[in-house]
Amino acid sequence: MGANGRRKLALLAALLAVLVALPWLFPSAFHLRVAALVWINAIAALGLALLMGLAGQVSLGHAGFMGIGAYATALGPKHLGLDPLLSLLGGIVAAGLLALLVGRPILRLKGHYLAVATLGLGILVHLVIVSEVPITGGPDGVQLPRLELLGWRLAGPGTWYAITGASLLLAVWLALNLEDSATGRALRALHDSEIAAAVVGVDVARHKLLVFVVAAVYAAFAGGLFALFNRFVTPDVAGFLRSIELVTMVVIGGMGSIAGAVVGAALLTVLPQALTLFHEYEHAVLGLLIILFMVFLRQGIVPGLAALVRGRFRSPA
Amino acid sequence: MSLLAVEGLSIAFGGLRALDGVSFSVEPGEVFAIIGPNGAGKTTLFNLIGGLYRAHSGMVRLAGADLTRLLPHERAARGLARTFQNLQIFFRMRVVENVMVGRHLAERRRLWAELLGLPSVAHENRESRTRALELLAFVGLAERALEPAANLPYGALKRLEIARALAAEPKLLLLDEPAAGCNPVETEEIDAVIKTIAAQGVTVVLVEHDMRLVMRVSDRVLVLDQGRVLALGPPAQVRTDPRVIEAYLGRLGRERAHAG
Repeated sequence: MGANGRRKLALLAALLAVLVALPWLFPSAFHLRVAALVWINAIAALGLALLMGLAGQVSLGHAGFMGIGAYATALGPKHLGLDPLLSLLGGIVAAGLLALLVGRPILRLKGHYLAVATLGLGILVHLVIVSEVPITGGPDGVQLPRLELLGWRLAGPGTWYAITGASLLLAVWLALNLEDSATGRALRALHDSEIAAAVVGVDVARHKLLVFVVAAVYAAFAGGLFALFNRFVTPDVAGFLRSIELVTMVVIGGMGSIAGAVVGAALLTVLPQALTLFHEYEHAVLGLLIILFMVFLRQGIVPGLAALVRGRFRSPA
Repeated sequence: MSLLAVEGLSIAFGGLRALDGVSFSVEPGEVFAIIGPNGAGKTTLFNLIGGLYRAHSGMVRLAGADLTRLLPHERAARGLARTFQNLQIFFRMRVVENVMVGRHLAERRRLWAELLGLPSVAHENRESRTRALELLAFVGLAERALEPAANLPYGALKRLEIARALAAEPKLLLLDEPAAGCNPVETEEIDAVIKTIAAQGVTVVLVEHDMRLVMRVSDRVLVLDQGRVLALGPPAQVRTDPRVIEAYLGRLGRERAHAG
């Protein structure tokens, strides 16, 4: 096994250890629910980290794909009498197809232009969800029935902690595998120089589209999980603020880093809960913390801390 | 049949004819140099052959196949590889990974297998790494394989680009000023590398300012001046061609005389 293989295993083992240890440290139902939310957000952030960190493309409308996953999962059983899990699968396919369709023209754009185009896509999805009241329930949202699997009712924070945690483990494993493959190398290459990637034979447009679809699928899966877990979905899940939150998770955790996406998602999910003791200053403190993180750990938490630790070992103070 | 055939290639940028009906052909196994004063159109010619620019008229053929309408990555698949005058390095990747990307076309890429990390992917990765390390050894960068590419000095990055281009196993290698910014020792290393590449049967076309390097390695030399072919022939013949001396030195000498 190569160095990459060992690194992959170490990261998966560390995540598994955290997943197993947390319920022992924080056994309350509230803590387990927050943790499940962290794992769900981490899955969406992970997809975005592949798009932004690996391939260097931006999406400011990524919550739109989360919304598609969430609403497909909620509306399939309600209107079509479909199984919720089948509906979730349908949502993932729909999000992937939309990404494929829209991605081709908008991924030709670069930098700010791509940011604005993806922003528009997110707003569009949100708008449809809000305005199609007869189908989506509009701003009031939509309720989901309790999930049953083979006659077993999936309920309780412990069960959902396990389901979302296992899903995250799977999502991280797939992302690590992709990173360490020919396609992963091509994506990292076009991030640094599209011209150089093209002249060694990388079909740049195709690879950008591919990672955009993968990121959309991750987001839709996370959205569907959220709907099943929360049993209630509102258009906020696809909103602009959610998209910005996802980007912030990726940037603050460390763009090129898969572990960073998980850490960023944890921070941005847990902090608002922890900061409620600041009452009305909650959002101000959250904003301030984000600014401080960016100033002192510019590369993001995981790469930034890794560099600090390496520096410490090289020159022991 | 010639390996590379360029026929009547022309391109203009906002009224300025950068290349005007340039034609030549390169035989298999040849080392073919393109020289000319600054602004003669050398890099423009490379960018047209590589597909980074679209020609307004004219044709580029590689081993008989028409490349003129193909995109850069499609030309790469036909056996074309190149390096850049102003480096295009994957700075966020390790040195060895830069070269592994060069193997892109030889690698089998199936997204499902890659996501699931199947043994075939690990095998593919190992093969690419082994080949990349061989090429790094060939250009003298084996010890630095695991460093981030951003750590390397300029001359080493030039050789890294050559290794990456060779990883694609091209029929034709375009080298854009491989010795620019290199010290005499590094230039001699590049010299040896070019000769070995040619000896392995890869046809080399290079743009270069270092005349001693050009005269040492080239079989034939094409002189461009103001977007047109001024002279074409063996180095010894081109060096003594009065029109070439005029283009390089005469004008400069005359300008100096005027200024003085």
